Amino acid sequence: MFVLLVSVFFVGLDRDPSFVPSPLIGKPAPEFSLPRLDDPQQTLSRQDLLGKTSLVNVWGTWCVGCRQEHETLLVLARDAGVRILGINWKDDSDSAREWLRTLGNPYAAVGVDQDGRVAINWGVYGAPETFLVGPDGTILYKHIAPMTLQVWEQEFLPRINAIQSSQTSTRQPSAAVSQ
Amino acid sequence: MIFRNWRFVILLVLIGISGLPGTSAIAMDVDPPLADPAQQEVYERLIHEVRCLVCQNQTIADSSAPLAADLRKEVRELAAAGRSGDEIKTFLLDRYGDFVLYRPRFTLETAFLWLAPGLLLLAGGLALGRIVRRRAALPVPPEDPVDDPPIV
Repeated sequence: MFVLLVSVFFVGLDRDPSFVPSPLIGKPAPEFSLPRLDDPQQTLSRQDLLGKTSLVNVWGTWCVGCRQEHETLLVLARDAGVRILGINWKDDSDSAREWLRTLGNPYAAVGVDQDGRVAINWGVYGAPETFLVGPDGTILYKHIAPMTLQVWEQEFLPRINAIQSSQTSTRQPSAAVSQ
Repeated sequence: MIFRNWRFVILLVLIGISGLPGTSAIAMDVDPPLADPAQQEVYERLIHEVRCLVCQNQTIADSSAPLAADLRKEVRELAAAGRSGDEIKTFLLDRYGDFVLYRPRFTLETAFLWLAPGLLLLAGGLALGRIVRRRAALPVPPEDPVDDPPIV
């Protein structure tokens, strides 16, 4: 009995109690339509996710982890050719534009979620969160914490390669990023 | 002596204050209650059952985190639209999973959580029963008169 308890607690030591598994994985990405950060007249919607594997990154200039992962996102967008769509969550749009101007812009497009409603539909509870969305609009994975190249290679790449090999397309699997 | 008493009085006052109900645990929304009292009841009941996922050990009623405010607003609007408590719970469960409810549903995944206390009690009871039966089967040791000298 004691040994059992010790082993239960020992396993528990290694787990992050703040991690909440998302019920959205394996489900179609929620519908949304947001004004774009660069041009509020245009919208970013679920439609823009389709056709190609994308990352959906929830960020804000108030979020320390987002600053940490920014370099990684730039590397992924630039060197690995990953399409990253941003959801600017409860942020000041001027600050957000300034952030992208000074730090560089890894996003193909950014939607502005001022009132946090889209974030709720996506089950977001803490930025940064990064979703992997397949070409058919299915959420394949979600990473809650700053993105790193290690996470990219261990969690995202295998899943991307899996869907690409299951399709009969001739597209090359994304290459691992070396730094 | 006077100085000591003075400190004692302050201590008493502080203890007294610490027992007063705090105002910090009240949600900071200033919205008037919903027109339909039944809907307001659904809203108030739910915000005390939904976990704030940023601060995890508070309900969204207690938390001042921005996400908690957003979730309160969402629940309020769903309640105002006439959705039932169960419908609103399903809405939240679809997005945030079982963890969002302080009283999770009974599913395959949460079965252990719900059943563990009963199972542990049962296991403890069985173990206790076995120990008692084993001890009862032991021969009674002869009484040692030296142990308990009579009290005069």
